[in-house]
Amino acid sequence: MAVGELTGRRRGGPPGEPRRIGYLYLLPALGVYGLFLLFPLLHSGWLSLFDWDGLTLGHWSGLANYRALLRTNGAGAAFGHVAVLAVFFAVLPVSVGLVVATALHRTRVRGLPFFRTALFLPQVLAMVVVAVAWQRIFAPDGVLNQVLRAVGLGSLTRAWLGDSATALFAVGIVGTWVQTGLAVVLFLGGIGKISSELFDAARLDGAGAAGEFHAVVLPALRGEIGVALTLTVIAALRTFDLVYMMTPLGGPGGSTTVPAYEIYQRAFLGGQVGVAAAIGVVITVVALAVTFLITRITGRER
Amino acid sequence: MGTSTAARLGTYAVLGTFTVFALYPMAAILVTAFGSPVAGRGGVHWENFATAWTQARFGSYLLSSLIVSLSVVVLTVVLSVLAAYALGTMRFRGREGLFYLLLLGLTVPGEAVVVPLYFDLRDLGLTDTYASLIFPQVAQSVAFGVFWMRTYFASTSRGIVEASRLDGAGHWQTLWRVLLPMGRPALVTLVVLVFMWTWNEFLLARVMVVSETLRTAPLGLQFFSGRATTSVPLLAAASVLVALPIVLLYLFLQRHFIRGMVDGSVKG
Repeated sequence: MAVGELTGRRRGGPPGEPRRIGYLYLLPALGVYGLFLLFPLLHSGWLSLFDWDGLTLGHWSGLANYRALLRTNGAGAAFGHVAVLAVFFAVLPVSVGLVVATALHRTRVRGLPFFRTALFLPQVLAMVVVAVAWQRIFAPDGVLNQVLRAVGLGSLTRAWLGDSATALFAVGIVGTWVQTGLAVVLFLGGIGKISSELFDAARLDGAGAAGEFHAVVLPALRGEIGVALTLTVIAALRTFDLVYMMTPLGGPGGSTTVPAYEIYQRAFLGGQVGVAAAIGVVITVVALAVTFLITRITGRER
Repeated sequence: MGTSTAARLGTYAVLGTFTVFALYPMAAILVTAFGSPVAGRGGVHWENFATAWTQARFGSYLLSSLIVSLSVVVLTVVLSVLAAYALGTMRFRGREGLFYLLLLGLTVPGEAVVVPLYFDLRDLGLTDTYASLIFPQVAQSVAFGVFWMRTYFASTSRGIVEASRLDGAGHWQTLWRVLLPMGRPALVTLVVLVFMWTWNEFLLARVMVVSETLRTAPLGLQFFSGRATTSVPLLAAASVLVALPIVLLYLFLQRHFIRGMVDGSVKG
């Protein structure tokens, strides 16, 4: 900010330019934001330093709750599950999105608006509705098992959400279903902005589809890939509705616990408010770190 | 572009597969919703929706969702517009810092603040009220709202603001009579996104709400699906009722959804 701007009010900048009134315009938003987001965030940090059951008097416990996160199987496992979910929520949709968007760009298909509408639709549905729909598909008498039986793979059929070996992957597939449309739409927009001269140049150099992808598409979409990864990784990190609905009580053998579920379970059912608050602090830090790191690596800027 | 027929067919095949993958779960739930609540009987059963609306009380749940969502939308839009106007067009000390402070809210997960929110609001006697659903969600949406509208205000030309000022309009009139009418597209995007986020929200309602009269549609659906006596077609019909308002909004205002969720995500 230039010195002139700071002192402009006294020296008389452009006439009528409002300055201090700006604070008044900001006040209502900052008030609600401060009271209902910033203060709870700080309060979460404070609570995370106590051993508190939510009812009786709490005891100062320093960083014990954070150390407990490293130790306890429950909470530590929840972060491991999120890492698995991130593959399904982020890596798969971004890979698929790149392939589909590139194919769409190379061959001008008809009805693109329809495909875009359909692929993006899962993004706008409430997760509880998504959960109901997919619960039916994964049910013992659901369509997945029916298809397996029909093609002679009846030995593979199982209660997908009730089996500790498959429940987490089943939830993950739903994440892939939700996020793929976002990636496709994001990448289609990005490819559309690439100058056709770059494609022509690559073709003149004799690049095939794969060469073109590596030489032109991938570098040009760095920013979009970064955005897609940030959004989808954070969606994985925040997963709650889906696992809470599809696999009640943390899933078979606790195989689908996630941090948000641990927060809910410990704070409101388990009488471990301090640990829950500590998990909240950790996911906030992870979300900020993920955003920062992916932004740095892919160098997206606006 | 010289692409062969084979390549084109291949693209259609890939695209068709993913489209079927995207649409099948929704189509299945829609078909199920018309099925007979009594196993083994056929026919198209429109009455499932009426039963879900009245007996399963989804009419009441949807009304709660509507009250909460509209309140959050109105408050978020007004607060965001005021703040973004100041941040986008005025100069004052600490402007950058305050903007970044608000941007922080784009990344803080709601899941992280739900615990202190519950205990703070409980101490104030505010849990199990509409306010406990509305204000936290305004706080979470206002970060995006300010970010989104500030981009619009910052992109409007100084000339327009100057001209309005020369016409004798103050900063208040310039905002409401000149800048906002021009910013309709940005506003519509903000409205549909905040409406969708609020309508679909689940965890906060799960934590705050006890009374059945305050239950939002997603919370109602969770209770309904957990009940052993719930028949599958009724559950499907209830799911359709919960999803329908947003899906219709999406089909009509698709560009706003996509622009907001894709462009708007390219934050700071």
